[in-house]
Amino acid sequence: MKTFNYHSAKNVKEASKLASSNSVFLAGGMSTIPSMKLGFANYRDIIDIKGIKSLSGIKVSGKTVKIGATTKHVEVANSKDVKKAIPSLAALAEGIGDPQVRNRGTIGGSIANNDPSADYPSACIALNAVIHTNNRKIDADKFFKSMFETPLKSGEIIEVIEFAIPEKSNYQKYPNPASRYAIVGVYVAKHKSSVNVAVTGAKSCVYNDKDLAKALTSKFSSSSIDNFSISSSGMNSDIHASAEYRANMIKVFAKKAVDAC
Amino acid sequence: MASLVGSRVERKEDKKLLTGRGKYTADVNFVNQTFAYFVRSPHARAQIKKVDTSKALKASGVVAVLTGADIANDKIGGLIAGWRIKSEDGSDMKVPAHPPLANDTVNYVGDHVAVVIAESLDEARNAAELVKVDYKIMKAVVSTKDAMNSDQIYKEIPKNLCFDWLLGDRAKVKEAFDKADKIIKIDLINNRLVPNAMEPRAANADYNPSTEEITLYTTSQNPHLARIIISAFNGVAPENKLRVIAPDVGGGFGSKIYPYAEEVVCSWAAKKIERPIKWVADRTESFLSDCHGRDHVTHAELAVKNDGTFLGFKNETIANIGAYASVFATVTPTYLFGPCATGVYKMPAAYTNVKAVFTNTAPVDAYRGAGRPEATYTIETIVEKAARELGMDPAEIRMKNFPTQFPFQQTLVHSVDSGDYVAGLNKSMEVADYKGFEKRKRESESKGKLRGIGLCSYFEACGIAPSPVVMMLGCGIGLWESAEVRFNPTGNVTVFTGSHSHGQGHDTTFAQIAADQLGVPIENIEISHGDTDKGPFGYGTYGSRSLTVGGTAIVKACEKIIAKGKRVAAKMLEASEDDVEFSNGEFVVAKSNKKKTIGEIAFACYLPGTYGEVKSPLPEGEEPGLKETSFFDPVNFSFPAGSHICEVEVDPETGETKVVKYTAVDDFGTIINPLVVEGQVHGGVVQGIGQALYEECRYDNSGQLITASYMDYTMPRADNLPEFKLDWTCTPSTTNPLGTKGCGEAGAIAAPAAVMNAVMNAIGAEISMPATAEKVWKVCNQNKKRNSEAA
Ligand SMILES: Cc1cc2nc3c(=O)[nH]c(=O)nc-3n(C[C@H](O)[C@H](O)[C@H](O)COP(=O)(O)OP(=O)(O)OC[C@H]3O[C@@H](n4cnc5c(N)ncnc54)[C@H](O)[C@@H]3O)c2cc1C
Repeated sequence: MKTFNYHSAKNVKEASKLASSNSVFLAGGMSTIPSMKLGFANYRDIIDIKGIKSLSGIKVSGKTVKIGATTKHVEVANSKDVKKAIPSLAALAEGIGDPQVRNRGTIGGSIANNDPSADYPSACIALNAVIHTNNRKIDADKFFKSMFETPLKSGEIIEVIEFAIPEKSNYQKYPNPASRYAIVGVYVAKHKSSVNVAVTGAKSCVYNDKDLAKALTSKFSSSSIDNFSISSSGMNSDIHASAEYRANMIKVFAKKAVDAC
Repeated sequence: MASLVGSRVERKEDKKLLTGRGKYTADVNFVNQTFAYFVRSPHARAQIKKVDTSKALKASGVVAVLTGADIANDKIGGLIAGWRIKSEDGSDMKVPAHPPLANDTVNYVGDHVAVVIAESLDEARNAAELVKVDYKIMKAVVSTKDAMNSDQIYKEIPKNLCFDWLLGDRAKVKEAFDKADKIIKIDLINNRLVPNAMEPRAANADYNPSTEEITLYTTSQNPHLARIIISAFNGVAPENKLRVIAPDVGGGFGSKIYPYAEEVVCSWAAKKIERPIKWVADRTESFLSDCHGRDHVTHAELAVKNDGTFLGFKNETIANIGAYASVFATVTPTYLFGPCATGVYKMPAAYTNVKAVFTNTAPVDAYRGAGRPEATYTIETIVEKAARELGMDPAEIRMKNFPTQFPFQQTLVHSVDSGDYVAGLNKSMEVADYKGFEKRKRESESKGKLRGIGLCSYFEACGIAPSPVVMMLGCGIGLWESAEVRFNPTGNVTVFTGSHSHGQGHDTTFAQIAADQLGVPIENIEISHGDTDKGPFGYGTYGSRSLTVGGTAIVKACEKIIAKGKRVAAKMLEASEDDVEFSNGEFVVAKSNKKKTIGEIAFACYLPGTYGEVKSPLPEGEEPGLKETSFFDPVNFSFPAGSHICEVEVDPETGETKVVKYTAVDDFGTIINPLVVEGQVHGGVVQGIGQALYEECRYDNSGQLITASYMDYTMPRADNLPEFKLDWTCTPSTTNPLGTKGCGEAGAIAAPAAVMNAVMNAIGAEISMPATAEKVWKVCNQNKKRNSEAA
């Protein structure tokens, strides 16, 4: 690891001001630190945002669950409020990586990173999330555009992620047996007037499978997708899973998720 | 005093190891220490046209940058292959030169090109980026199967063939096959594995210019072997000027038996720069440069009669030994593999033919089980296939072919002194509730799951001795073991063993043995190992040999102590030596109440005089002190055996396989400490499950390692595993006084076949290791298609 300047920001304003094209925010460090250790990334300034109190915490109101950006995966997994309002979201957090990762990794870091096999992006898409930053609000479907890319600008900090509480929802994941990232994750959420089927791990970026969503919107039952055949074109293929396998898993998991709702 | 042998004494070493108070090589620091970082080849095969170190030498903090030219100039010898193998045609094996720093070619990704030594690790690493190496990249040879038909890596080694070895009798096998009702054939791959010791390799070499002595701390399973190789073969320093210390070592699994380039380079360079040099591998370096394990491509055939009787067996294997022949690389796929090829069965005729090939991959050497897991996997999957094809129960076909008379002369080499394979399998079936399987299968089916059961009956040859035999077969070293039992004047004891503990629990089990022998409380016994300056020469720990060979040396040394004690006690108690008996730590004169404790005897031996008069407690001519050494060379290998039964549940929709039940019934002879043995079996079985379901070391076609981190190389984890059911049978070994056989490798030997047989039973098709979800899913999917077409 190369030497760098470490800053511990007291508030969002200070953190934002310190940011440059040669800096990174340090939340859980679970993506940033490994990539620095392996020499994939180097930064002049590390801006630690873990100490900013306003960025952490969970609030459930009538229709939404708001989670502060530096809230750790373990906190979401264990939160009674989240378990009550959106049990599938707590379950998703419980299934991220391993205990070490969950004890440090944060929801804001996960979303800002937009790893194509991360879990949270699927929750954001399925639960119509709104991502609040220090200067705007971004809808989830505009946020996750392409692999490791987001609309965040330099110095822009995610403050809160606001999820809509669905009528029913469930998340199914086949974890990479080595890393435990999602090889395929399918998040099904039934809202009042529509259903989302967010898929992560399968392509270069999380997406809402519109066809599955439409079929389930007209009839919310796993039998509605029995006859679906999912094309493997455009899907990831690596040593852990071929595109064909991923395509199969989307259907299997979509059905399992619906059945589990 | 109750006997400690056989009881569940808690591991003495755990308090230190589990509370972070162990002392590992990376914990060792010297004043004025420097740090080494190795420049490694990014290419699988290339010529080195030029190494330019000028920029690196000018970088901040750099002390030295050394290359292959420097090491050649200093006439430092290369790394060695420690076992000479002859081919079937009588010719000697062919091995390439293996300089510690590459001279003109690099032959795998991770091969050592240069070392940068700097004031800090960061400076060393940064400067390493400035070493400019001009490579001419060449086409890499990667595939085990195709290696013999690929480009020739070394000009002196045609077909990339190290040797083409035969054990057994081809003509007899042909005869047997001609008589067969059926010939069962199998083609399989024994997947390449990365050993993944928890502690990465490390070295810290300190040179004292005034005494000209090098002290090398290193992560070794075998510090004495490291010293003799670095001294006699690499020529870094004479043995008396080289002290090798292997302090606490965090696992080895075979990958730390012998010294690597890094230890040689650090020792040599420390002398050159007259400063200590520390090197600690990072995890990527471990993946790239630790010797890997397994990597066989095998074709095997089993000749059977219709009633299931085995007539003959042949095993034709290509073994990948990587870019260079590492120390035990040549024995692993030959003498550790071939003799066990016919498994636990009566097999009238057999042969094993192994072609060892060089490829542009990391060297492959012994990994837990070394050769025996590969042999067992082959015979145990083909036996299961024979049962399937003959419509027999897999247990029945095994029972039918087990020997029932011991000693049992096994087909290829071994004379197995003791065992009871029938009892072992019976017990395993009972513990596993073999009969209840069909019911459990139906339960799984009702949940939409496929359930399978798999057996594996194994035997192995371990202890790896006797020396004259192994040396006759080509081994470059002896394989006896030493012990020194040293009473301290106040009556407590230090036992020095030439074996080494890096997780096995010697501190506890060896102390149990000494405590029982000497009648001294276990708290008063310390086990010392891992330092060539303490205790006699020894051969380290691997091949499940420590207890059987090293433990016996302790018993023998204790016997010598007791013999001397008797002489001294007789004098002190004014009795005849023949009348003195020793038990429970006391020397007692028969039919009297006259006695001396062993502590009193020790005290007298060290303080042999009396106040106020000239009177020695020692018999005339007896030397003072109480310390004895023994070197034990066994007369035969030892032969642990057992039957493991695995049950898996497969989700046909996703292909995910879960091990739901695992039973191991092993015969390790006498068990010194069940707690420690259970730990060894658990660990071995987990590594075996890892090989069967998860682990696979993969290179791409250009020789890049694509599973070079835990993000891609799948280790088995706690949540992948069921609760294990362990039990034992016991037929004591007849070739050592303890009756022990060794237990360190059994789990890794038996589990792959047990698990794979279960998977294949569940899905009704053959499949290669590791049985990943996708592979299993593909089979299930095909089955589904076939069934729906049939319907
Ligand atoms: C072994 C391992 C297994 C893992 N398994 C999984 C898994 O199964 N599923 C999964 O989803 N993830 C997994 N992860 C990733 C993990 O969830 C990380 O927590 C996550 O990717 C990054 O979060 P972090 O808080 O650690 O962010 P950091 O590493 O600290 O930061 C990551 C990036 O986000 C930016 N950032 C952080 N916070 C903010 C903010 N508030 N506003 C703007 N930008 C910000 C940083 O600038 C940086 O670029 C795994 C990681 C590891 C190491």
